[in-house]
Amino acid sequence: MAPKKTSATQQPSTPKSTTTTTTSSTTTSKPTSSSTASIRNPQDAQQIALGVYNNYIDATPQRTKLLDAFMVFLMTVGLLQFVYCVIAGNYPFNAFLSGFSATVGQFVLTASLRMQTNRENEKEFEGLSHERAFADYVFGSMILHFFCVNFIN
Amino acid sequence: MAVEEAGSATKFFLEGESGRNTRGLLRVIILVTIAAAAVASRLFSVIRFESIIHEFDPWFNFRATKYLVNNGFYNFWDWFDDRTWHPLGRVTGGTLYPGLMVTSGIIYHVLRFLALPVDIRNICVLLAPAFSGLTAFATYLLTSEMTTSPSAGLLAAAFMGITPGYISRSVAGSYDNEAIAIFLLVFTFYLWIKAVKEGSIMWAGFCALFYGYMVSAWGGYVFITNLLPLHAFVLICMGRFSPRLYVSYTTWYALGTLASMQVPFVGFLPIKSSDHMSALGVFGLLQLVGFTEYVRTQLPSKQFQTLLRGLVLVVFAAAFGFLVLLTVSGTIAPWSGRFYSLWDTAYAKVHIPIIASVSEHQPTAWPAFFFDLNLLIWLFPAGVYMCFRNLKDEQVFIVIYSVLASYFAGVMVRLMLTLTPIVCVAAAMAFSHILDTFLVAEKPAEPAQHQANGPRANGSANLSEKLAAAVPDTLRSTTKPIVGIYSYLSKATTTGALTVYLLLFVLHCTWVTSNAYSSPSVVLASRLPDGSQHIIDDYREAYYWLRQNTHQTAKVMSWWDYGYQIGGMADRPTLVDNNTWNNTHIATVGKAMSSREEVSYPIMRQHEVDYVLVVFGGLLGYSGDDINKFLWMVRIAEGIWPDEVKERDFFTARGEYRIDDEATPTMRNSLMYKMSYYNYNSLFPAGQATDRVRGSRLPAQGPELSTLEEAFTSENWIIRIYKVKDLDNLGRSHQEALAFEKGNKRKKSGKRRGARVLRVD
Repeated sequence: MAPKKTSATQQPSTPKSTTTTTTSSTTTSKPTSSSTASIRNPQDAQQIALGVYNNYIDATPQRTKLLDAFMVFLMTVGLLQFVYCVIAGNYPFNAFLSGFSATVGQFVLTASLRMQTNRENEKEFEGLSHERAFADYVFGSMILHFFCVNFIN
Repeated sequence: MAVEEAGSATKFFLEGESGRNTRGLLRVIILVTIAAAAVASRLFSVIRFESIIHEFDPWFNFRATKYLVNNGFYNFWDWFDDRTWHPLGRVTGGTLYPGLMVTSGIIYHVLRFLALPVDIRNICVLLAPAFSGLTAFATYLLTSEMTTSPSAGLLAAAFMGITPGYISRSVAGSYDNEAIAIFLLVFTFYLWIKAVKEGSIMWAGFCALFYGYMVSAWGGYVFITNLLPLHAFVLICMGRFSPRLYVSYTTWYALGTLASMQVPFVGFLPIKSSDHMSALGVFGLLQLVGFTEYVRTQLPSKQFQTLLRGLVLVVFAAAFGFLVLLTVSGTIAPWSGRFYSLWDTAYAKVHIPIIASVSEHQPTAWPAFFFDLNLLIWLFPAGVYMCFRNLKDEQVFIVIYSVLASYFAGVMVRLMLTLTPIVCVAAAMAFSHILDTFLVAEKPAEPAQHQANGPRANGSANLSEKLAAAVPDTLRSTTKPIVGIYSYLSKATTTGALTVYLLLFVLHCTWVTSNAYSSPSVVLASRLPDGSQHIIDDYREAYYWLRQNTHQTAKVMSWWDYGYQIGGMADRPTLVDNNTWNNTHIATVGKAMSSREEVSYPIMRQHEVDYVLVVFGGLLGYSGDDINKFLWMVRIAEGIWPDEVKERDFFTARGEYRIDDEATPTMRNSLMYKMSYYNYNSLFPAGQATDRVRGSRLPAQGPELSTLEEAFTSENWIIRIYKVKDLDNLGRSHQEALAFEKGNKRKKSGKRRGARVLRVD
C-alpha cells in the first residue's frame, strides 16, 4: 500500500475540479478534525459527490460509459432476480442460480473489460490490446452462457 | 541430468537465433524423454504381474467405466445401481466424480475411431501412467512461470515424473481419481498463475474450465477452491491488489463456480457449504476493493480514502458476521466431517470412526516424507526461501501452497499427494539455482575496475563508485566483496556432489517404486526359499468361484473394503462397499460380524444375504485380514448400537486383543472369529493350530458354526466364503438341528417346553 499512499498525498496539488481545491485547503489546516467535519457537513459531501460526478462525466470516454451503463443494467437485473427470490421463493433453484450467476458473471467480465481498456491501467496490462481484451471478453462470455444454459434445466 | 546434457552441447548451437532454436528443440526432446521415463517407471506392476486393476476403489471406477462404454453417456448419468448397497441401491450417476470414467471413455472411442480397438481394461490400466507424463509437462510449465532459470522447469518435470510421492497413486493399474486429478491440479495452478500474471480473461477462463474438469474428477478440488482465494486474499492484505488480480480471480470464480455446479455430485454445494464460502467471501471482497480503488482515484482527499478503507473493513466484517450467522442458523451447510478431521486429528476417531478406519487417513509418520520425496524434502525449504528473496505475486502463491500442503500432508497420509507438486517445484528452483551458479565454466568478470563490473554488481555500481571516490581505499569495509566462484575445483566438487545426489535420487525412486508401490494388492507376490517369485492369487480365485458357482443375484456380505472388488470381479450384489455413504448400513454389517450367531442370523436373513465372505490371513501370515480390521467393525457398530456391541468385551481383562485360549467369550462367539477359524484346526496336528499373523496358538477346540456352512476356501485360505443356511425344514433352530445331527441328546428338554398350558380354542 505504501506507494499508493504517497501518490495519494500528492494528488491534491493537481487541480482537477472545484472541489479538490476546497477540500485540500481545509485539510492542510487541520487534517483529522476537518475531515470528519467535511463528512458530517451535508453540503460539503454533496459538493464532493457533485465533483466526482462531474469528473466522471468529463473524463470518461464514451465507450467506457457504455460499459458502465451495461454494468448498471446487469446490477439491476441481478437485484431484481434476488428480490424475486427473496419474496417469491427460490423454487426452480437451478433457474434462479443460473440467471443470477449469468448477471453476476457478466458484470464481472464487463468490469474486467473496463479495467483492461482503462488508460490508467495500461502499465498493468502490458501487451494487451483493446481488441484482444474484447476477444477475451467474448470468449469468457461464451463459456459463461454455455454453462448457464446447461444449468438452467 | 538431462540439463547437463543440454549444457554440454556445442557452443555454436547455443548462440544467437539458431541457439534459441536448438535450445527449444532440446527442451522438447528432454520433456518427451522425461514423460517417457515417467510412464516407464510406472510399468513395473504390469511387467511383474499383468495388466490388472489394483486395490479397491479402482475396481469400482473400472466397473463404472465399463458401464459407461457399454450403455452410453446418458444412461451412465442416470445410473441407479441396484447391485450395491442391497437392499438400498445407490444412485451411482449422481454420487460419483465422472471425470475419470468420461476421460477413459473418450479415449476409448477416439482410439476406436482411429481403428485401434483397444480393450477398455488396458486403457484404464495405462491411464495413470499416461497422465503422469502430462503432469510432468504441466509441472514444467508451472515452474517456468516462477523463475527465469531455464533449467528449473526441466528439473521440476523430471522430479515430478519419478518422485515416489506421486508414483504411489499413479502406477499402471491404479485407476483412481487421483490418476488424472494431479495433472489437473498442477495445470489449473499453472493457468491461474498465468492469469494473475497477465490479467487476462482468456487464461482465467481456461483456468475455470480446467477447474471444472478437476471438480468432475476428484473431491480434492476443494483444495483449489480454498487455495486460490487464499492467494488472492493474501495478495490483498499485502497491498498487492491490482486490476490483474481482479480480472483473473473474479473471472475464475464466476466461471469456475458455474462449471463446478454442472457435476451432479457437487450440485449446489459451492454456494451452500462452508468449504466453499471462502471463495465467495474473497469474491465479494474483491468487488469491494476493486470498487474502492476505482472511487479512490476519483476522490480528491486522503481522508476520504481512509474513510473508504474503513468502510470496506466494516462491510467485510458485516458480511463475515452474516456468513457466520447463516452457518449457525443452518442455511449454509456446516463444515464437513472430513474437513474437521484436518484440523483436529483426533476428531475423526471420536466422531466418525469410518473415516479414521481408513489407513490412508492416518497422520503421516515422518520417515514417510523422506521415503516419498527423498532429497527433495531438504531442498524444499531452500526453494521456498528463494521465493521470499524475489517475492512477486506468483512467488506468494508458492509460499502459501507449500505452507498449507505441508500441514495437510502431515495430517493425512494421502494428502502427501498434494504436497508433492509444490515440493518438486520448490526443490527444482533451489537445485537449478545451485547449478546455474556452479556450472558456469568461465570465471566471473574481475571487478577490480569499477567500470567493468560483472552482472552481480550492477545495482550498486554508482554508489560504490562514489564511495570509492570519497573514502580512501585502505578502509576495508568499503571495498566491494567479490562474489562469484573462481576455482574450478570448487565448481567441480559441487557439481559432482549434486550429480551424485541426483543419481541417488533416481536409484531411490526406482527402488521405492519397484518394491513398495507396484503391488496390485489383488495379486500378492512372495519369494520362495530358492528366490523365485511365487504368485498368490487367492482373491481372484475366490471371486471367480463366486462368479461361476453362485446365482447372478446372490447377495454377498463382506466388510466394506471388499465391496468394490466383489462388484467388479465377481459381479455379485453386495451389502456395503467402499463408497461408505451409509454409515448405518455399514454398522449393520459390523454388528452381524461381531455378534453371536443367534443375533447375526436374523440380520442376515433380513438383508437376504446368501454368502458371507471373510478374509483370513492366519495361514499365510497376510496381515491385512479381517481379524486385524475387526476392531473397526466393532467400533463402527458400537457407534450405532452402543448397548449391543461393546468394544471392551473384545479385550481381555488385561486389555489385550487375543484370539487364543484367553480370548474373551464375546470374541470367540463372534461370527467373524468363528468364520475365520472354522475348521482351521484340521490343517494342523491336534493342538498345534497357530495363527501366523497374530503369532499365537489357537484353542484346541475349534469354533462351530450352526447357521452357516462353508462353501469355499481359497488355496491359501485368504478368502473364505460361507453360505447362509436356509431356515430349518422342521422349524428347529439351527443350533438344535446341529445338535441333533451330532447325535447329542437334548438337554433339559422338559424344562424348555415350559409349563403345560391348557389350550382354549
